[in-house]
Amino acid sequence: MSSVSASFMASVARLLAIANKELIQMRRDRMTFAMMLGVPLMQLMLFGYAINTDPKHLPTAVITEEQSPVVRSILSALEHSDYYQLRYSLTDHAEGERLLAEGKVSFVVTIPSGFTHQLIKGERPQLLIEADASDPSASSNAVNRAQTMIDSALRHELKGGLAELSAQASPVELIVHRRYNPEGLTQYNIVPGLLGVIITMTMVMITGMAMTREVEQGTLENLLAMPAKPLEVMIGKICPYIAVGAVQTCIILLAAHYLFAVPFIGSMTLLISAVALFIVANLALGFTFSTIAKSQMQAMQLTFFFFLPSLLLSGFMFPFRGMPVWAQYLGEVLPLTHFLRIVRGVMLKGAQLNTVKFELLAITAFILVVGLVAVSRYKRTLD
Amino acid sequence: MSELAVDVHGLVKRFGNKIAVNGVDIQLPSGQVWGFLGPNGSGKTTTIRMICGLLNIDAGEGQCLGYDISRHARDIRRLTGYMTQKFSFWNELSIRENLDFVARLYQLPQRRQRVDNTLEKLGLSQRQKQLAGELSGGWKQRLALAAVTMHQPKLLLLDEPTAGVDPQARRDFWDEIHHLSRAGLTVLVSTHYMDEAERCDRIVYLAHGNLITQGTVAQIIADAKLFTYKAHDDGVRFAIEKLKAQPAVAHAAYFGAALHVSGYEQAALLAAIQTVTSNISWQQVDPSLEDVFIALMNKAGNDQRAYQ
Ligand SMILES: Nc1ncnc2c1ncn2[C@@H]1O[C@H](COP(=O)(O)OP(=O)(O)OP(=O)(O)O)[C@@H](O)[C@H]1O
Ligand SMILES: [Mg+2]
Repeated sequence: MSSVSASFMASVARLLAIANKELIQMRRDRMTFAMMLGVPLMQLMLFGYAINTDPKHLPTAVITEEQSPVVRSILSALEHSDYYQLRYSLTDHAEGERLLAEGKVSFVVTIPSGFTHQLIKGERPQLLIEADASDPSASSNAVNRAQTMIDSALRHELKGGLAELSAQASPVELIVHRRYNPEGLTQYNIVPGLLGVIITMTMVMITGMAMTREVEQGTLENLLAMPAKPLEVMIGKICPYIAVGAVQTCIILLAAHYLFAVPFIGSMTLLISAVALFIVANLALGFTFSTIAKSQMQAMQLTFFFFLPSLLLSGFMFPFRGMPVWAQYLGEVLPLTHFLRIVRGVMLKGAQLNTVKFELLAITAFILVVGLVAVSRYKRTLD
Repeated sequence: MSELAVDVHGLVKRFGNKIAVNGVDIQLPSGQVWGFLGPNGSGKTTTIRMICGLLNIDAGEGQCLGYDISRHARDIRRLTGYMTQKFSFWNELSIRENLDFVARLYQLPQRRQRVDNTLEKLGLSQRQKQLAGELSGGWKQRLALAAVTMHQPKLLLLDEPTAGVDPQARRDFWDEIHHLSRAGLTVLVSTHYMDEAERCDRIVYLAHGNLITQGTVAQIIADAKLFTYKAHDDGVRFAIEKLKAQPAVAHAAYFGAALHVSGYEQAALLAAIQTVTSNISWQQVDPSLEDVFIALMNKAGNDQRAYQ
């Protein structure tokens, strides 16, 4: 018994020695260190502010099938709101379709013929806005304000005998087609998602590189020649990066709260536990990559090989349920998919442990499988 | 002490279909200093790695410090100090941090004290905060030697420890090796320097993965049955190509300003050099270790070509 615990203490001592060495190396490697803290900040600012700002002067095409003072005043109201910049005036729907597809315009506003006539008769004519919602955050404010702008323009126009028309709910039925992204994700979805994306990217890459660096610099031979067991090396190398992940998490959560005003209605404890589990999953994967890659370059390539599907298939970029079934199966394998559900669920919907327990289990299973692969592949020799 | 610190038989290592080490036997008694020689790529590093369990062996067997090399590598590593050919300590760590890390992995008692003493002995106490990567080549080697002996191993495996080290430091290095050996340490050291080989108790010579010869320096020279003539004259410079072309001349090589010509048959050799350079005076000398190695290397090279 005492010999078992003595050997355990010895293991812990060696593990701590390795963790300490890793910390020193991390601190000295300015570039990597800057990347570990700089990348999350940069991504947060780029992604976060791109969504959070209130983009204006978005290029717009107008298809007016009739001309009338009312129509003109609606259009000038849109223009004066600063959200829409009327660039094209078209007669052809196909042309509008093409501009939208090419990204030349963000909106196509269609005012059908008979609009004015129906309006005056109080028949609530339809006004169609087709929005390019592939970047939903870009278009959402403009779309959300459209109704108000149109209403106030009409209130102006329909004075006197027609005033009662504008007193109704709205004299115009605004129809919005969100193209390319019917779910219309919002910033509330993206900032918590970024937490997962940033952790995935930095954690996998950094552990992968930390290990292959030992191979490249020849220090692995020395490490192997000294008495440290594979598991001690693995855990010792991973530990310092858990701390890095914790710092990143703090930065992102603070930014989510103070910069992007993302609501947080769930349990912080639950979130922290999920983050910890998720960090370990990514570190274990990075370590496994390092047992496959022969150089730091290869470790980097493997990281991207994993990172891109994570970005695309996890539900971060595109709505998960909107993907084909095979892609959903692939997505279920990725820890980021499950983490996104947890973090969005906990932060935005106040999800409890019971709701996310399967997601937590999925990440745990991932850790076990990947950890087993890592330990079995970790070489005790130089072969 | 007569027990063997290293006792390996028929070690074989293949990389793909290339044989790097082809059946090497080493019986190194405790407390001796053995030199490991051979041309580049002859398999010295590979053999050393197999002895301390860093490479799996493809064939053969053996013990190191009483432990089986393929099954008890961990025990062997605990009692062995292995200095790699390429500097393999951590460049981003300071001198002190490197030593401290090693001490922690071996769980040495009184770690601080140990590290302090080691720094003191190295003469690096003043520079202990300097990064290891910033040291000059020779100082890196000294740091490495200090680091691999800190846990007081029973066996030292040194792979070209003095490559790139200045002559005085090389002498100090060897004084230290002999000092450690007197304290009971067994040392296997690979080198390309003849003067270092001559300071070893015995020499093992490899070529193309094969063990070509082993023994004391005197034995190896005697076993080679080589005859060597030496000349200082300026004229020899113009005759060297002609000399080499003679079948009786095994090799002709410069030693400083003097030319050494060696062959296996004395009469034929003498006849050859006298016909080629009739006006130059030659003087018979004892073959040096280097003459013997050049001859061995040529022979091994011929063998290799003959097999293909
Ligand atoms: N990891 C490896 N993969 C493939 N071939 C290898 C490997 N390591 C060594 N070799 C080959 O094995 C042979 C022996 O190499 P080794 O490094 O043992 O030679 P050496 O005697 O130490 O040479 P040097 O004096 O140059 O250090 C060489 O031909 C080398 O190319
Ligand atoms: Mg070598």
